[in-house]
Order: sequence, then structure tokens, then C-alpha cells
Amino acid sequence: MSRRPYKREVSKGGWWLTQPRYIRYMAREFSCALIGAYVLVLVTGLWRLSEGPAQYEAWLARVESPAGRLFAVVAMLFALYHTYTWFQVTPKAMPLAVNGKKVPGAVIVLGHWAGLAVASVLVWLLVVN
Amino acid sequence: MARSHKPIVWGLFAAGGTLSAFVLPVLILLTCFAVPLGLAPADLLAYERVLGLLGHPAAKLAVFGVLFLVIWHAAHRMRITAHDVGIRADTLVAALCYGIAAIATVAMLIVLPGL
Amino acid sequence: MSDRTVELEILRYDPEKDEMPRFETYTVPYRDDWVVLDAINYVKAELDRTLSYRWSCHMAVCGSCGMVVNGEPVLACHAFLRDYPARIRIEPLANFPVERDLVVVIDDFIDKLGSVKPYVVAKEEKSVDEGEYIQTPGELARFKQYTACINCLLCYSACPQYALNESFVGPAALALAHRYNMDSRDVGRSAREDVVASNPGIWECSFVGACSEVCPKSVDPAAAIQQTKIASTADYFLNFLTPWKKT
Ligand code: SF4
Ligand code: FES
Repeated sequence: MSRRPYKREVSKGGWWLTQPRYIRYMAREFSCALIGAYVLVLVTGLWRLSEGPAQYEAWLARVESPAGRLFAVVAMLFALYHTYTWFQVTPKAMPLAVNGKKVPGAVIVLGHWAGLAVASVLVWLLVVN
Repeated sequence: MARSHKPIVWGLFAAGGTLSAFVLPVLILLTCFAVPLGLAPADLLAYERVLGLLGHPAAKLAVFGVLFLVIWHAAHRMRITAHDVGIRADTLVAALCYGIAAIATVAMLIVLPGL
Repeated sequence: MSDRTVELEILRYDPEKDEMPRFETYTVPYRDDWVVLDAINYVKAELDRTLSYRWSCHMAVCGSCGMVVNGEPVLACHAFLRDYPARIRIEPLANFPVERDLVVVIDDFIDKLGSVKPYVVAKEEKSVDEGEYIQTPGELARFKQYTACINCLLCYSACPQYALNESFVGPAALALAHRYNMDSRDVGRSAREDVVASNPGIWECSFVGACSEVCPKSVDPAAAIQQTKIASTADYFLNFLTPWKKT
């Protein structure tokens, strides 16, 4: 008997379209494009700030234009999806045990959402007041 | 097999991802939606006001820390994503992704102290 | 036997005759309590004796009946026919070469498993007379879930990073490395790190998480790998800060 194992090819670029769980994964990974772009917008803002009021106002006008707003909406959606997915896997990456008993994952996730609420309120108060 | 140096970029990725998860939503809210939605005074992002906010060294440090880690998070994940969608020029992709993050980092280092 | 039937589309590959795999369809009558493996056994017994596949325990402990059923890697003995539509497509595990029909070549996994030293590396070997290595229930709890692995390789079949790069050590082997790293009787972590913390080790993983979703034993290899990444990153910076200490 002769052996001739058959190797099946995997599409290097299209594999992630083959299963819903892979598409969800790619959506999660793609959040970095929007998150990164948003940070670049903010860094540009800092730069414009250093160039004086006129430059800064021009930057602000672009951020507040319809296109800028649309971009912000999309960025917000992906940022929130990132937050959701990141919290969701935290109990896996950093399991917690108290007195030798495993803390349920849902508790850790909820704790993170509470942390998000606290952090958001803090940042808000610092910036707005 | 040699131990990898990935911990450097992965460490930044993980720290930035955590920070992004906690504070990016509120940052986007503040910088784009708070004023039009009437949640904050209209001069929230006015030139003088933002300069005033960034006047304190602690504020500068916080802004730098957050934006630095989040941009490196995004850069590293982008590199992985490029591989996932079939782009195999990893060295070039890495140079590009980390390069942009490095430029943003340097830009902040130049500009923030003077604000 | 009921009068209900199911159509099985089974991947066939005969290395001596076929240029490449093809599908053959069999109509199988089935009972409500049948699993996919029962239907395949029926095919072998009644319809086509040439069909090759692996199985042994018929109770989800031996790990040999892994296959891809309607696109999802499952244990054929653990997948009830009644949960599927009337037409079922059965393929060998993905990401491994097909030896024949539903049998795949798993040598690559076996090599990788060996490379992570999946056994307790004791500080000093004790003879049987000297008694057992003592461990508290709390110490056991730290790694118990990872001991449940039955090497069924569903996780490798689900893992896109293994599909894209076969040098990746992969979910089950890395989960087992973690299992022994977490064992209080073991001192082999540093030796394992040479494989585990290399580029084809944990760093090839992008936490897709598919491995954990398909694992029939709730081993959660994705979690094991993330925990290893955190520990290895801590090691790396500690080494960096204490260069005089050689590991
Ligand atoms: S980790 Fe789970 S899916 Fe992977 S080989 Fe072990 S039991 Fe099977
Ligand atoms: S036959 Fe043993 S696991 Fe299915």
C-alpha cells in the first residue's frame, strides 16, 4: 500500500469568510483601524493646537463637519465593540481566585463594566469642569 | 528554538487594548458628541479652554500615556490583521504600522511639552 | 429501525486510485438516539466496507473520532443526528493531510506535543518506595481543567492560525504545556519556554478563540495560551531588568 496523504489548501486571504465566528473575530481585529485612526486625529489636533488658534479652529471645523461626525460614529461603534470583546475575554486571560475558589467569569466582566463607568465619569468630570 | 521578542510589542498591545477599552469611548464622546448633543457647554473644545486643560503637567502626561499606548495597540493589531487577510510582507507591514505609531509618539513628545 | 433516513455526504479519498478527494452520498435509516458515528458505522457495515475512519470508545473519551460535520469540528460519537438537517456533510478534520477517507495524518501534532514535555518534570526523581508527590486540592484546581484534554484535535481543525502557518505549536499542545507549568510538582517551565515562548509558540496565536468553542472537554486552550502570554511577557521584562540572572 502506498501512502499519498492529500493536503487541502486553505485560502490565505479568504478563510475568515467561511464561518460566522471567524467574521466576528475579524470585526474585533478590525476595530484597531478605527481606533488607530481616531488617535491619529487627536494627535493631529494636538499638533494644530501648537500652531495657534487659526490652525486649531480649522482642525476642529473638520472634526465637526458631517464627514467628521460620520467617522466619529463609526469609530465609536468599533471602540465599543473593542471594549465589549476585550472585557469578554479578560476572565480567560486573567482568571481570579479568592480563597482558592474561582471567581465566575461573569462577575469579572461585570466588574470591568463598572470600572468603565467609573473611569468615564472621572474623565468626564475632569474635562468638563 | 529561540525565545521571542514579541513580549515588547505584545505588552504594548495588551496595555493599550486595556486602556482603549476603558477610556476611548468616553474620549470619543467628549471630543465629538458632547457638544452637539448638548451634554457639555459649547466652549468645551474652544482653543483657550483646551490649552488651559493641557496646562497642567499631569494632564499632559495622562494624554500622552493614553494616546501612546492606544496607538501602539492599534499598530500591533493592524500588523496581525494584515497577515490574517493574506498579506505576507510582514517586515514591510510591521515597519509601516510601528512606523506610524512611532511618528505619532514623536509628534506628541515634540508638541505636548510646549502647550 | 425507524423509517426516517438521513443522507450522508462523506468525503472519500483512496490514495491508490483518487487524484483528489471526492464526496460520496449514502442514505442511512436512523434512530432518534443515534449519533453521527452510528450512521457511519452503518455505512461501513451495510453499504460500503471500504470506508476508513477512526473510532474506539463511542463515549467521548478516546478522542479518535474527530471529524468535520457540516463545517464544524465535532466528535462523531458526541453529535446526535437529530440535531442536524436531513443532509449531512462529513469531512476529515481540517488542517491535517488526509491519509484515506476520514483518517488524517496527525504526526505533526504528535511531534509538537512531545516538544513541550507534557509530563511532570520533578525537582528530584523519587522511587516508588519513597511515596507519592503530595498536592493539595487547591493546587490541583489550578490546572485540573487542562488535564481533561483527550487529544481529539478538534481545536487544531478550528484554528485559522494553524491553518495559515503549520509551524504553530497549536492549541492542545500549548494548553498541555500550561497544564504542567501550573502543576505544583513540576519544575519544567523554563525548559518548556524554549518552545512555548518562541515565535511559533504562543506568539503565533491571535486569540481567535475558536479552539475553545469547539473543544468537547471545556479545556479552553485559548485561555491557557493567553495566560502563558502574560506569564512569558512578565518573564521577558524580568530577565531584561535582571540581566545578571541567567535562565
Ligand atoms: S484541547 Fe480540547 S479540542 Fe483540543 S485536543 Fe484537547 S480535548 Fe480536543
Ligand atoms: S469514539 Fe472515542 S471519542 Fe468518539
